[in-house]
Amino acid sequence: MKGKRSTFLITCLCFGFAFLYIPIFLLILYSFNYSKLLPVWGGFSTRWYVTVFQSEDVWDATLLSLKIALMNATVATLLGTMAGLMLVRFARFRGKTLFTGMISAPLVMPEVITGLSLLLLFITLQQITGWPGNRGVTTITIAHITFSMAYVAIIIQSRLINSDLSLEEAALDLGAKPFRVLFDITLPLLAPGMVAGWLLAFTLSLDDLVIASFVSGPGSTTLPMLIYSRVRLGLKPDINALATILIVTVAIGVLLAGWILLRQHQRKLKAEQLASQ
Amino acid sequence: MESPVPVASVTTDATGFRGWVSAFLQRHWRSIIVFIPFAWLAVFFLTPFFIVVKISLAESLIASPPFSKLLEWGDSILPSLNISADNYAYLWEDSLYVKTYLNSLKIASVSTLLCLLIGYPMAYGIIRTQGTARYVLLLLVMLPFWTSFLLRVYAWMGLLADQGTINDLLLWIGLIDKPIRLLYSELAVYIGIVYTYLPFMILPLYANMEKLDFSLNEAAADLGARPASVFTTVTLPMTWPGIVAGSLLVFIPATGEFVIPDLLGGGNVLMIGRVLSSEFNANHDWPVASAVAVALLFVLLIPMMLYHRVQSREANS
Repeated sequence: MKGKRSTFLITCLCFGFAFLYIPIFLLILYSFNYSKLLPVWGGFSTRWYVTVFQSEDVWDATLLSLKIALMNATVATLLGTMAGLMLVRFARFRGKTLFTGMISAPLVMPEVITGLSLLLLFITLQQITGWPGNRGVTTITIAHITFSMAYVAIIIQSRLINSDLSLEEAALDLGAKPFRVLFDITLPLLAPGMVAGWLLAFTLSLDDLVIASFVSGPGSTTLPMLIYSRVRLGLKPDINALATILIVTVAIGVLLAGWILLRQHQRKLKAEQLASQ
Repeated sequence: MESPVPVASVTTDATGFRGWVSAFLQRHWRSIIVFIPFAWLAVFFLTPFFIVVKISLAESLIASPPFSKLLEWGDSILPSLNISADNYAYLWEDSLYVKTYLNSLKIASVSTLLCLLIGYPMAYGIIRTQGTARYVLLLLVMLPFWTSFLLRVYAWMGLLADQGTINDLLLWIGLIDKPIRLLYSELAVYIGIVYTYLPFMILPLYANMEKLDFSLNEAAADLGARPASVFTTVTLPMTWPGIVAGSLLVFIPATGEFVIPDLLGGGNVLMIGRVLSSEFNANHDWPVASAVAVALLFVLLIPMMLYHRVQSREANS
């Protein structure tokens, strides 16, 4: 009975992962296709990579996206950490229910609604105060921070819930002021969560198409906006090459981070084993 | 034991502006931590909704901005209030909008169910492995989550095209004798949603199952329960919170999805996110676009509140 069940589960896993990965492998394979007509194989070639590297639009859009992603990740990590701290460590305060609602809502809010509402806010603000004069880097960054900080807050929240309170309590018992405890104990404990949050905010920003399209103005084209405008009308071999570069970069990053974490975990297990002997 | 260093002395050392700043921070840091993110969300998350609601109650004008003012200062001292529910009436009466909402809900529900059917055994299978294998499998689920959503949708355009991989394969096997239309159909939208949202289903299921004690299952099996009844009476109730969280994480964003119906459905699949975007960007009808957004939010209100409850219960447990 047991064997039959695990065969079923292994089959499900194989099919599931094939479903998740075959499209990506094919996308990569076709980036090496010589033919301009995409699905038709015309021999191996790296010419589309040359096209991508020579394209000024791609470089401009990449730099713009990286700039926004860096600013977004940094501010969102700060705000998200504050929000996470507040959700877990602070007792009830007035407006906490509203705040928790506002924090979790962007995680599931359809992007078209967030994008439209932020654009209308920026237009209204501009009419009243004259700011923002033109939409672009600033407005996209603000929009990205607004939804990225929710993800950071969730990561920080789960780290705080799972972390050991005893260190903080010990410091407080020994007479440390809560403010000191925050900087000397809580924040160092949260550092790995903050790094994870920063990375997630960074990639969320690099990925976002819908919200950025709403709140950007003429002349500010992010990388996803560029890709979208090209592929709307069909397959483009140079986009396959660009996609391959992006996917391979992210994959190397994630696998490397995963490997480092795995090594740490194994070392910890070994140390625990040694300690228990 | 040494007595702890009195922290207060640190602050009294510093004088002038720096001293004042540090004293201020020490006294008010809690309020500052509460205030900054709260203010940010109030300005950039809450206020925009009120603006959307306001504009949805205005009339469409050919002007800049293209809608009527809420308060009009006429001859009288008091301003006259211009509120019209015309846009909502328009949405309700035009059967196309109602149909589009229903179609979006249908596509999102079916996709959620498909994600659950594929994702549940996968999450369960990952849980059943041990050590490094489990870690690697989990990483393989996370990897698509980190790579670009847009590019993963684009990957399917190549598979589903008339001369794409799937048609080639079917022709080669001999199942069909001329390419069938796969891209720009509802089927393509289903595939796209299930494909891109699958990790959002697997990860909450995994997180829930990780905490469970599966010895209950074995106990039930040892006591003679059949596998099917072990599943329905023990496993399913235990994993219910994960099922709800994962389903909502797929269902809510999928209902308002824009990129997938646009790239894989072309103009042939009615989904509300796409309609909203074209009302705004192509027709420049801001009031109707706003009303579409408010109505969509209203439709999704119950699932969103449910998600919030699941989320806070998870945080408190």
